[in-house]
Amino acid sequence: MISRRFLPLWITASLLVLMFAFGATQFEGFASVRVVTNLFRDNAFLLITALGMTLVIISGGIDLSVGSVIALSGVIAGLLITQYGWHPLAAFALLVPLGTLFGAGMGVMIHVYKLQPFIVTLAGMFLARGLATTLSEESIAIDHPFYDAVADFGIALPDNGWLDASALLFIFIFILIAVMMHFSRFGTNVYALGGNAQSAKLMGINVGRSTIAIYAMSSALATIAGIVFSFYTFSGYALGGIGVELDAIAAVVIGGTLLTGGSGYVLGTVLGVFLMGVIQTYITFDGTLSSWWTKIVIGLLLFFFIILQKVLNGRTASHG
Amino acid sequence: MSKSAEVLQQPSVAVPEKTEEMIDKKTSRYQAGSEKAWLRYLWPVAALVLLLVVNLFIDSSFFHLTFQDDRFYGSLIDILNRAAPVALLAIGMSLVIATGGIDLSVGAVMAIAGAACANLLLVPDLSVFTVVIIGLLVGILAGCVNGGLVAYLGIQPIVATLLLMVAGRGIAQLINQGQIVTFQSPGFAAIGTGQWLGLPMPIWIVIAMLIATQLLLRKTALGLFIEAVGCNAKASRYMGINDKSIKLFVYAVAGLCAALAGMISAADIQGSDANNAGLWLELDAILAVVIGGAALTGGRFSLILSIVGALIIQTLATTIIVSGLPAKFNLLIKAVVILLVLLLQSELFRNQLKALFSFFKNVSSSEKGSAK
Repeated sequence: MISRRFLPLWITASLLVLMFAFGATQFEGFASVRVVTNLFRDNAFLLITALGMTLVIISGGIDLSVGSVIALSGVIAGLLITQYGWHPLAAFALLVPLGTLFGAGMGVMIHVYKLQPFIVTLAGMFLARGLATTLSEESIAIDHPFYDAVADFGIALPDNGWLDASALLFIFIFILIAVMMHFSRFGTNVYALGGNAQSAKLMGINVGRSTIAIYAMSSALATIAGIVFSFYTFSGYALGGIGVELDAIAAVVIGGTLLTGGSGYVLGTVLGVFLMGVIQTYITFDGTLSSWWTKIVIGLLLFFFIILQKVLNGRTASHG
Repeated sequence: MSKSAEVLQQPSVAVPEKTEEMIDKKTSRYQAGSEKAWLRYLWPVAALVLLLVVNLFIDSSFFHLTFQDDRFYGSLIDILNRAAPVALLAIGMSLVIATGGIDLSVGAVMAIAGAACANLLLVPDLSVFTVVIIGLLVGILAGCVNGGLVAYLGIQPIVATLLLMVAGRGIAQLINQGQIVTFQSPGFAAIGTGQWLGLPMPIWIVIAMLIATQLLLRKTALGLFIEAVGCNAKASRYMGINDKSIKLFVYAVAGLCAALAGMISAADIQGSDANNAGLWLELDAILAVVIGGAALTGGRFSLILSIVGALIIQTLATTIIVSGLPAKFNLLIKAVVILLVLLLQSELFRNQLKALFSFFKNVSSSEKGSAK
């Protein structure tokens, strides 16, 4: 018997398996380890961003700035490495705290000044994108031995599979966040906040500190995603990562997290990204289907999951 | 919640005076039609005037208008003309936000309406009038989809409109078959580039839409109903207001406005570009409404102020160009202005500012005292 709590998760997982199986029957080579590891490789930055978005949405907020933060961190990394001759690791050591501060700043505006997350992170989106374009309008090609070394790093799997560094990094972060969300005080606080901020406060949860930490984490993860994206494209570009916030939000919803907050699973988000990735792969394999179908299918999927959540919630509400 | 911050920020100033002032301010906000109502208009209008004056200092011919070929030319006309799409979106967005909702899909709806019109214009024997009507209907239909999801299925507005925001551009591309569809239709192009009584057509469209909506809101009880739904949907339902149809209506109007804006931008380039038409304009429209002082939680709005907000956004962009700053600063300056506007709307921030000012006043007066 499947618990109702896990039903959206199971549906996403089954859809993912179904889509994959359907692709496998249609195309030779679809069901290969290579395709699966490519899903990791191509979506690593989105996966990392979406993990942060899951935290924010479970807490009842939203973060529209992540796409711009990805672009900003790529541009700063590119500038520090190519123009100022920094070692990439030194650049990253500066970038991640900076990104964390950026998110913490948004968290302060949301908590202390009682502004809506939607509009604050919208301003953050403009600010990060604006800073990125001001720093460099052109794409900065990153050419550094460290980048080449990281690109060559990875674990070879049978059947031409290749788990590269970004995929490994994602798996590491995923385990970290999953443990944090389900086995730590902080994780419980995030769920409590999204359930009902008022009761969370009465329960003695430090709402301010949690809110600020959540947005700081989301930005930190987006910064890391920006670094991963710079490894993926070997460049930093102010117009990179446009629309990633939408993809991340879509993945979170498809993964069964309630956009009203309080309930959801980081694993669901990961399945959501993979489901969108498999659709994209299917369309690429097909060749005759155009890319706009991806958007339409994802829209339909979103619709399906929103209605599903509505139905499930309505039932639990009337029974409880 | 803000206790610790208050304690930090206002250590020595007289506390009772402050709280009285705050209570006074809070009550005055809820007194509809109070004497202080005009204050709402002060800040956005002052910001717009300030921006215009800055422009005058940068470029002395800023307010200069010339009349050529039956049309006025000049920076002011240019700003009005360019602000038209966002101003149209802002009208619809104001109504949606007034009910406590938000419409993220207007940019995508612009693309859909533009694509529909562009392809219909390629059909022979179809009058421009028919094309425009169908375009508007497409917008209303899209709005009804949003409104239906929000009102009748009870889905959060951000989520419900996210659907069309994601899928909408795909639909527009599907209509265009992935191409940029261009057309030759002087009649349709007039919507974007035409003129009447010396003013460009988009300006007239905004004025017409503004007057029509304002009349509808203020000469009927509709405006009141919208505000009631935004303040408390449940309470308004008990009062006998059909909150669901009110919500459906505002999203339909937002869709209609988006379709008009989409037609203007398609007519402007005589083509439909599904990828770029109306890209990110939903965000500008939301900003325009917020700059106009509307509460994102609903209940309080002003169409005029939202249009002022749209004009502020466009004037800011023009200022940056006129001042010779590279266009790349556009987004950055916009972000800083938005952050300031947001902070100024926060009661706590204003009080902190006041405390800061009085602190400096005290310091300077005590210095004067010691000098004597």
